[in-house]
Amino acid sequence: MEANYAATNNEGKTWDGGSAKPLGASYGKMMMWFFIMSDALTFSGFLAAYGLMRFKFIDTWPIADEVFTHIPFIHGDYPMYYVAFMSFVLIFSSVTMVLAVDAGKQMKKATVAFYMFLTILGGIIFVGSQAWEWNTFIKGSYGAVKLNDGKIIQFVDSNGHKVALEDFVAATPYGVREEHTRDKGLWFVEDNNYKEYTVEQVIAGFKAHPELSIVTEKLNHETREKQIVPHAEAFGFLNEAKTVVKGANLKENEYGNTLFGDFFFFITGFHGFHVISGIVLNIIIFFNVLLGTYERRGHYEMVEKVGLYWHFVDLVWVFVFTFFYLV
Amino acid sequence: MAHAESHKAFIWKVFGILSLITAVEVILGIVKPDALYLGQILGTSPLNWIFIILTLMKAYAITWYFMHMADEKASFRRAVVWPTVFLIIYLVTLLLIEGSYLHDVLSPLVKWDY
Repeated sequence: MEANYAATNNEGKTWDGGSAKPLGASYGKMMMWFFIMSDALTFSGFLAAYGLMRFKFIDTWPIADEVFTHIPFIHGDYPMYYVAFMSFVLIFSSVTMVLAVDAGKQMKKATVAFYMFLTILGGIIFVGSQAWEWNTFIKGSYGAVKLNDGKIIQFVDSNGHKVALEDFVAATPYGVREEHTRDKGLWFVEDNNYKEYTVEQVIAGFKAHPELSIVTEKLNHETREKQIVPHAEAFGFLNEAKTVVKGANLKENEYGNTLFGDFFFFITGFHGFHVISGIVLNIIIFFNVLLGTYERRGHYEMVEKVGLYWHFVDLVWVFVFTFFYLV
Repeated sequence: MAHAESHKAFIWKVFGILSLITAVEVILGIVKPDALYLGQILGTSPLNWIFIILTLMKAYAITWYFMHMADEKASFRRAVVWPTVFLIIYLVTLLLIEGSYLHDVLSPLVKWDY
């Protein structure tokens, strides 16, 4: 308890909370907690909205394990591993943060600086991993076809494994259509909706490969698998095809419901923004520690306050991890 | 200011517990035992309930021991935790009920035979 009282010496300084300490916490720490409260409610709003939409489209929601399957430098289908690594990085940077706070209470300047440094490093690794995850999601893995009513159709082989478009769609006699950039032709025209293949090419490729079937978004709740439609019946779906989809953005998503991508970008993006601001705050405090600011002030409460924010970022990730990747 | 004693050993212990819980979550997420994954309890699979409970345990450990909520005055702790928990439960309950309703109304209108 005494740590909460003894930390500051702000007699008469109203801006710093004066000498009154309602609820036994210093002004700064209490305000940090109430900020965290409001931020927690913002994140809950996002996650609850995600839940609303997921329950609304419970029959067709993408299976996270089929979306996030990549690990850097390794090819193949490895769901969960990369995001598990990211979670451990963030938990570990939380531990180094709390060790910095602990060292601060004992006025050990060098130890605080060391642990703050490790915390910053962990944060940077996490944000870098998140950027890679976004990049992979935006680029996509297999490619799909979108129907007139917005449904997504993916292609699978006889074993039920997903097949990428480039593995069965033949190029035209002129090769694959290139993306038009300003330096290649008309400088005032941009390629707004570049796709490597057209719908006609994809359907022709599908016809030429009778071993392929299509998989719809529809989820079988008994087996928890997406519905596979055999080759012969697939053309009813493919005749409705409107565009080819590769990767995900705010308007379309090769893995299924566009809302899945929208919420993914919005929630992990907002969280990533918090991590970045946390890193900036940590760097400022880190330099203040090195300069001896808190040594002169007589206490390291600033490290504790920025630590609260950093732990909160970790706390949010625990929930994002559960509701985006596990549940 | 009196120098507080170090809680290093305790911090590493909390880290061990958090890592263990995360590892269990990841392993269950990869293996997905059919018995837990395919069943249905209170609206979702038993596996999802395990994930949610483990997540709440992690959230408790982080808030109480990393953010030192355990060391704050009970009045302050309650001023922060109770409204947050209450409002989140309230919001989530309403929105999930609403989501199920939307599903019940809309899903019969979605065509699957082409």
